[in-house]
Amino acid sequence: MLRLDHVSKSFGLGAFGSRSFLAVDDVSLRVAPGEVVSLIGESGSGKSTIGKMILRLLPVSSGSITFQGEDVSTHTGKALKAYYRRVQGVFQDPFSSYNPIFTVDHALDLVRREYLGDLSGQEWRRRLTSVLETVSINAGEVLGKYPHQLSGGQLQRLLIARALMLDLRFLVADEIISMLDASTRIDVLNLLGDLKTRGLGILFITHDLSLGNYISDRTVILRHGAVVEMGATGLVFGNPCHPYTRALLSAVPQLHARWGAAPEQQAPPVPGGSAPGRQAPGTPGATTTAVPPAGLVATVERSRTAPGRRAALVEIEDDHFVAPTGNG
Amino acid sequence: MSVQVKDLKVYYRTLRGDVRALDGASFTIADGEIMGLAGESGCGKSTLGRSLIAIDGRMRYVGGSVSLDGAALPLDDQAAMARHRFTAVSLVPQYAMSAMNPTRKIGKLVTDLLRSRGIAPDTVLGEFRRRLELVGLSTDVLARYPIELSGGMKQRVVMVISTLLDPSLLVADEITSALDVSTQKAVAEAVVEFRDRGFVASTIVITHDLSILVQMADSIMIMYAGKPVERASTDAVVSSSRHPYTRLLLSSLPEVGVRYEEHRLSGIAGRPPSLLNPPPGCRFRDRCPLAFAKCAEEPPFVEVAPGHSAACWKA
Amino acid sequence: MTDANLMTVPDAAADPARRKRSEALYFAVRNPKLIVGGTVLVALLLLAIVGPYLTDNPPNDYVGPKASPPSGDYWFGTTTFGQDVFSQFVHGLRTTFVVGVLGGGIAALIGMAVGFTAGYRGGRVDEFLNMVTNIVLVIPTLAVLLVVSAYLKARGVLVEGLFVGFTSWPWAARAIRAQTFSLTARDFVDLARLSGLRTRRIIFREIAPNMSSYLVMTWILLFGGSILIAATLDFIGLGPTNGTSLGLMMNNAVLWSALQLGMWWWFIPPGLGITAVVGGLYIMNVGLDEVFNPRLREL
Repeated sequence: MLRLDHVSKSFGLGAFGSRSFLAVDDVSLRVAPGEVVSLIGESGSGKSTIGKMILRLLPVSSGSITFQGEDVSTHTGKALKAYYRRVQGVFQDPFSSYNPIFTVDHALDLVRREYLGDLSGQEWRRRLTSVLETVSINAGEVLGKYPHQLSGGQLQRLLIARALMLDLRFLVADEIISMLDASTRIDVLNLLGDLKTRGLGILFITHDLSLGNYISDRTVILRHGAVVEMGATGLVFGNPCHPYTRALLSAVPQLHARWGAAPEQQAPPVPGGSAPGRQAPGTPGATTTAVPPAGLVATVERSRTAPGRRAALVEIEDDHFVAPTGNG
Repeated sequence: MSVQVKDLKVYYRTLRGDVRALDGASFTIADGEIMGLAGESGCGKSTLGRSLIAIDGRMRYVGGSVSLDGAALPLDDQAAMARHRFTAVSLVPQYAMSAMNPTRKIGKLVTDLLRSRGIAPDTVLGEFRRRLELVGLSTDVLARYPIELSGGMKQRVVMVISTLLDPSLLVADEITSALDVSTQKAVAEAVVEFRDRGFVASTIVITHDLSILVQMADSIMIMYAGKPVERASTDAVVSSSRHPYTRLLLSSLPEVGVRYEEHRLSGIAGRPPSLLNPPPGCRFRDRCPLAFAKCAEEPPFVEVAPGHSAACWKA
Repeated sequence: MTDANLMTVPDAAADPARRKRSEALYFAVRNPKLIVGGTVLVALLLLAIVGPYLTDNPPNDYVGPKASPPSGDYWFGTTTFGQDVFSQFVHGLRTTFVVGVLGGGIAALIGMAVGFTAGYRGGRVDEFLNMVTNIVLVIPTLAVLLVVSAYLKARGVLVEGLFVGFTSWPWAARAIRAQTFSLTARDFVDLARLSGLRTRRIIFREIAPNMSSYLVMTWILLFGGSILIAATLDFIGLGPTNGTSLGLMMNNAVLWSALQLGMWWWFIPPGLGITAVVGGLYIMNVGLDEVFNPRLREL
C-alpha cells in the first residue's frame, strides 16, 4: 500500500547550502494494509526524517514514495490535501502536538473545517462519538479541556482519534509512546494493534526495540540513514544477522536477564557468496564478534556528505534481508 | 548503615496549596549498595533525589531526617547543606552538560568548579584523568568543548566530576533516559564500576526504566504518588514482588526475546491521584484490582519478608 | 467508562470560535492589570482628543504671564515665555499618539511580514530576508533622516511617523523571526499542515496567536521607541515645522533651564505623559499575556 523506493534525503548546511548532510541513504521499504512495520534506529539514524518524508512535511531529495499506486512525493495543493485524508501522523510529544492556546477540540475542529465541512453537526457528533469509543476516550473528560490539563496518554489517543475522523488508511506513529508512562503506554500500543486489524497500515517509528518487538509484524533496523536489516519481526529479533542488530539487541536492558549473562546468540552464517567479497576469508558474513554500535566508542563517522552507491540488501531467508557487512 | 532516611516529606509550594510530591519515605542504603528508585512521572522519585542534594525555593521541607554515615544532614538549612554538596553528597543530573557554559572547554569547567569549592585543581587532576580513562574516555576531552561530546560521553564526564571527591552518596537522576541503547550501557556500567572501586559509597539511581535498573541496581524501591510502595533486592522485586502496583507495572513492560503473537500485555487503567489533596488511605486503591474495604486506611510500609518491605494490606 | 458518557459529546464542540472569543473576553474583563493599563491609556487618549477643545489658548502663543505656576486660569501653569502648558500638553499628547501609532504601526507591519515569512519559510528565503534586515539595521538612521529632511520642504506629523516606521522595523523583524522559528518547530504546526491548512492560515491562526502578547509587546516597544525617536528629531529641528509634542516640550524645558529654575510644571506633565502612555501599554501587555495564556491564567 505504501512503498519507498531508493529514498534519500540530504540537508543543506552552511551558508546557502554550501555543504550537505545525508540523513537518509537509499532506503526502500514497503508497508501492506493491516500491517505494522517498526522502523527502529538510534538517534541520528534518520528514522523520523523518513516519517516526515512520508507525511510530506519534508521533500525527498531523490527516490519515490508510492501510496496505493500513485507517486505522492511530488503532490502539492489539492492532491496533497487528498493524500492527507488517507495518510496521517502522530508525533512524539503530545504536549507539543496541540496548540497550547486552544482547547484540545481545536485539533478536531481543524480536520472538520478542512475535510468534513459538509457534515451536519449531528452527523459530526455521531462520528466523533464512535471514534472516541474506538480510542477509549471519555468525551466528557477530555473535550473542552486545555492540553496541559490532560495526561499524555489521553492526548495521544485524541490525536489518533483526530486521524480516524478522516478516511484513514495509513498512520505514521513517530515515537508516539516514548513520553508516556509505562502503565499507560502499553494500552496506546494495543490501540495501534486494534487499528491494524481494521486494515490500517502503520509505520511505527521507535528507538525502543522491545516496543518494536511487541507490536510489529515486520521490522526495519536503520543505522546512519541506511537499512542494515529488515524482515519479519520474529526473524529479525530471533535470528539477527547484521553485527549492528546483534550489538543493539545485546545492549537492550532486559527485565529477566542481565547484560552479559545471556548466552551469545548463535546465528547461521550468511549463505556463501551472498555478501560479496567484503570480508576476510574464513569470516562468515555475520560473525558473533559484535561491532561496537555508534556512540559506544568515539569513532569517526564515515563521510555522509554524498549519497554512496549502496550494495543491495541480501535476502538470507524468506522475508529477511541483511545489508552486506562492512557497508554500514 | 551509610544512608538512613526517615519519614522524609518535601512538598512543592503552589498558589493553590502544597503539592505533596514526597509524602513520607523511609529507607536505608548500605555502603556499596546501588539502590534503584523507580516509578512513573510525578511519583516523587526525583523530588526525593533532589531533596537529598538541595531543597530549592519552590520546595518546602516538611519533616523527616536524613543521616549520612551517622551524621544528620541539615536539610532545613541550605547554607549548611552547601558544605556537604559535592564532597559528601553529589548529583548527576539528566542534562548536566546542557546546563554548562558551551564556550568553555571541559578542562576549564572542571578547574573552575574545583576552585569554587576551595580545592586546588592540581591535587586532584591526576586522579581525574585516571578516572576518565577508567570510564573509557581519553583525556583529550579536557581540551574539547561540551558540544563536541556525544550524550553518553558528557554523562560520563559529569559522573567523573561529581564523584571526584569520593562522596558518600551519589544521586544519579535519569542519567540514561536521554541516551541511545548502546550508550546507555556504557553509562550504566560506569556507575557499577565506580561503586566497585569505592569511589562512591552508596548510590541512588533514579529512572523510570525498570529494566535498566535490573542491570545495575542491588535493590529497587518503587514509588507511587509520593510514597514508597515496595523495596527489596532487585531479584525479589522482579520475580516475587508483593505490591499489586509493582506487579502490574512489571506485567505491562514488553520485552525483547519474547514473542507476542497471541497474548497481549495490558496497562493499568486510571491515573494517580492529585497530590494537591490526596485522598486518605492507600493511594493506589482506585486503580488496584485487589482493593478492599481496609484500603481506605493507609497501609504501613513494613517488612513483609526479610529485606523486603511493602505498603499493602495484602502483601 | 459508561455509554452515557460517550453519548454526550458536549455541544460546545460545535462552535469553538465563538466560545473561544467569549472566554478571552471573560478573562479580559476580570484581569486587573488589563483594566488598569487600559483605563490609563483610554483616559490619556480621551484627553488627547478632547483636551484641545477645553482650552482656547493656542499651544505656542504667548498668552499669559511668564513662568507662573499652575492656577485656575492656567491649569498646568505657563512657560518662561507665557505659553499655556496645559494647551501644549494636550496638543503634544495628540501628536505623540499619532506619531506612536503611525511609526509603531508601520514598523510592526513590516517587522511582522518579514519576521513571519523568514521564520516560517526558513532556508534561502530566510537567509535573503535576514540579509535585508541586517542592512537596514546598520544604516545610520539619523544621518539618512538628516539628508532626506533637507530635501523635504514641509514636514508634518505624518512624514515624521513614516520616517520612524520605515527605519525602526529591523529588530522587530528579528525578534518575530526567532519566535516564529521556535514555534514552527513545534509539532502542532506539522499537524496543522497535515490537516490541510494553507500556509497563510497556519501563520495567522496557529502561530501568531501564540505570540499575540509578544506581538503586542513588540508594538508597545515600537510605539514607545517612535515617541522617543520623534522627540529626538524634534530636538534637532527635524520635527513638525509648526506643532508641538511632548518631546518638544521636554526639550524646551531643559533648554530653558526649567529644572534649575524649579519650574516643575513645565517638564513634569510631558514626562509623566510619556511614562503613563508607555507604562499603561506595558501593564496592559502583562495582563494580555495572562488572558491569552491559559497556563498563566490558573496561577
